[in-house]
Amino acid sequence: MSTTRQRFDFGRYNFILVPFIAGGLALLVGAVIIWLLGANPIEAYIGMVQGALGSPNAIADSLVKAGPLLFVGVGICIAYRGGVINIGGEGQIVIGALATTLVVLTLSGLPSLILIPLALAAGFVGGGFWGGIAGFLKARFKVNEVLSTIMLNAIAVQLMTFLLNGALMDPTSLDNSIRIPQTQRFPLWTDLPRLIPTRLHAGILLGVLIAVLAYILLWHTTIGYRIRAVGFNTVASKYAGINVGRYQILAITLSGALAGLGGAVEVMGVNHRLFTDGSATGFTGNAGFNGIVVALFGALHPLGVIPASFLFGALLTGANTLQRTVQVPGAFVTTLDGLVVIFVVASQIWARRRATRHAMPELPPQDKIVPASTT
Amino acid sequence: MPIQTVELRNISKRFPGVLANDRVNLDVRAGEILALLGENGAGKSTLMKILYGMYHPTEGEIAVNGQVVQFKSPADALAQGIGMIHQHFQLVPGFTVAENVALGLKSSRGPLTDLNVVSQRVRELGAQYGLHVDPNALVWQLAVGQQQRVEILKALYRDASLLILDEPTAVLTPQEVQEFFGILRRLRAAGNALIFISHKLYEVKAISDRVVVLRDGRVVGGVATQATNQKELARMMVGREVITQWEKPAAQARETALQIDKLQALNDKQLPAVKEVSLQVRAGEILGIAGVSGNGQRELAEAVVGMRLIRGGSVRVNGKDVTHHSPAQMIQAGVAFIPEERMVMGIVREFSVAENAILITHTEPPLSRRALFDFRAVNTHVARLVREYDVRTPSLETPVKNLSGGNIQKLILARELSRSPRVLIAAQPTRGVDIGATEYIHKRLIEQRSAGTAVLLISEDLEEVRALSDRIAVMYEGEIVGIVPPTTSVEELGLMMAGAKKDS
Repeated sequence: MSTTRQRFDFGRYNFILVPFIAGGLALLVGAVIIWLLGANPIEAYIGMVQGALGSPNAIADSLVKAGPLLFVGVGICIAYRGGVINIGGEGQIVIGALATTLVVLTLSGLPSLILIPLALAAGFVGGGFWGGIAGFLKARFKVNEVLSTIMLNAIAVQLMTFLLNGALMDPTSLDNSIRIPQTQRFPLWTDLPRLIPTRLHAGILLGVLIAVLAYILLWHTTIGYRIRAVGFNTVASKYAGINVGRYQILAITLSGALAGLGGAVEVMGVNHRLFTDGSATGFTGNAGFNGIVVALFGALHPLGVIPASFLFGALLTGANTLQRTVQVPGAFVTTLDGLVVIFVVASQIWARRRATRHAMPELPPQDKIVPASTT
Repeated sequence: MPIQTVELRNISKRFPGVLANDRVNLDVRAGEILALLGENGAGKSTLMKILYGMYHPTEGEIAVNGQVVQFKSPADALAQGIGMIHQHFQLVPGFTVAENVALGLKSSRGPLTDLNVVSQRVRELGAQYGLHVDPNALVWQLAVGQQQRVEILKALYRDASLLILDEPTAVLTPQEVQEFFGILRRLRAAGNALIFISHKLYEVKAISDRVVVLRDGRVVGGVATQATNQKELARMMVGREVITQWEKPAAQARETALQIDKLQALNDKQLPAVKEVSLQVRAGEILGIAGVSGNGQRELAEAVVGMRLIRGGSVRVNGKDVTHHSPAQMIQAGVAFIPEERMVMGIVREFSVAENAILITHTEPPLSRRALFDFRAVNTHVARLVREYDVRTPSLETPVKNLSGGNIQKLILARELSRSPRVLIAAQPTRGVDIGATEYIHKRLIEQRSAGTAVLLISEDLEEVRALSDRIAVMYEGEIVGIVPPTTSVEELGLMMAGAKKDS
């Protein structure tokens, strides 16, 4: 029926191209800002690349930063595929880390072969529970999950701060009346194994494994099929006999569980204790929110999130060095982060519009609008 | 200056990958009704959108009264006297008729409205053409037929003398259609040109002076209506002989398979939509439900299959009480459902053909085992369905939203019928579906019924209901006004659809 020759099918590859174009544009605008700040953008970006990838240590740091982003990002993908917007990564990381901390501190007598999996599982369950609350509220009472997850973030951080200032506070710090809001250092045998003699730990491998498992779940199992069906169309899902609420809860529970696992990996692999720096998010370094950007950048596909998280980990690590090399304020990292978000989100909308505009011109008309008479 | 002639010369419209119009020539003159006939996707709408300035042609030109014109927007087309009545009314429900007519026009009193002037003119136009509507009535309170008149008034008020009517009869009862045709004849007599888009052959035959048939974006024929017949028109439209009346073996109706007793349900506005409806459908028969859209048919079907809360009464399948069962339980009970809102309820638009084909059976072996898909089994299964039910798709991985309405419906049909259901509820199974697919769907429904399935057929198309059903129940305002044999005349059914009780 077509007489036009098929040109390069942009739509087929744009899920890869679009984020990179968007990221490039964000860096371009970032360059303008650096220039306005009186620094040389080219020097700054070279410094950034060196800071992120210039040495084994830099690469290791980038990968360590990528870890929580990977866990949260994969979780965001699952929630999104189930039609649930999870803004609660922060809270889920915190609760996951708390659960891990409790397990590590109370069961510290166990050998690492048992304790490490148990502690990781605690993080998984803790984060899942926290996400599940929002899922339950949505499925049962139609509470908007964007609102409930944001509220749950605040609750989680307050809970952690409360515990760190009391029941969980490091006993030695209490003895010396310094009162730093942090736990004691975890036993050495709960440290996640190092991969090379840097800060890089095995958590990143677990993250990659999780991403692959999430992909299999979503596209090779009936459970994932149902999650995606519910995400696209709740009415058709109900028609097909799928319990819509149950799969919405499952999607955000898994999403929260992965964020929680990310929190567990962070405390066991990097900090070896739970602490809060007093900021709104405690120790997470904003991974709960940055994970959303990473997921978008990875085209909301678990396998896409792997490179996306590496890229963002590098970006965050590199940006830290900017301050030292070209005297750009550290807050510039946040700015760049924000620019990337704006461009990636805008590009997604643009790509979708473009897809709609180029779709088949004639849909059967009755499918678009229900005539006024049918109500 | 009123329109004498409008010509479309060599119009082509290319979308990426699709040639929607291919060198189309068309002309229409003052004082005639031109019918534009064609299946969905034949390019009728695209052509008319070009004429109305909504699309720009890739090639070709438009001439009004012999002058070549270029339309950048519908406003330009209107300025030349071309008006379009869309299938879906473009009215503001909370505004009065006069306010709707005045919307977008300059007031003669500057920043203040001049609704009295508008009302006066609306009354004059109404009297002239038989388009009676109260200018001060709120649009949402009007019946569908009256809303349509407001649309026509809007065009006439803007001095349109060529009216494009896009499937205008789809929302009307047979009686309303007759009234509407009266209006069209008066408009023609007053020297207006009309383009009437339809795929209902008998209407085209009844009202038009000339017929132009489009197929695959090309004009395949233009004939004087007098000199042709429905059979020939159908053949031109589809490109081959069409069977409109199926050989239907006598019903071998057996035991009652679906029993509905005093069923009650609400519509989306939480108002009673189904009021104590009682029906029995026996295995091996088609019970047709006729009625104008919006009289509770959709709610009835949804309540029966568990998609809508039942507020009273009961549903039994093969004698077993299934009232308040979930859709999953109804599927288990052997009930299949072809929903009216096919694009919203019947499929997941973003899913592929394969994914949609297994929407209901994906947990059953061999398609999946212990939650893991066996894609080879899935592909075998879906390929067989696609072949058996003649679903035209580039591949099994194609997103279903890229298929035509007819092919989507055949896919849904394949999915539902392949489960060998005891009870099949088919709501508007051929609405918006082209003739070829309609023919096919009818054949399959009859086969299914002859194989012993109890079929509840809900349709607004009286020809369809009469052709397929073994009995016809007429629904009006949530109630069954009577059950009659399929030989009942269209006129009588029409009266019942307007609420006249069948005295029996």
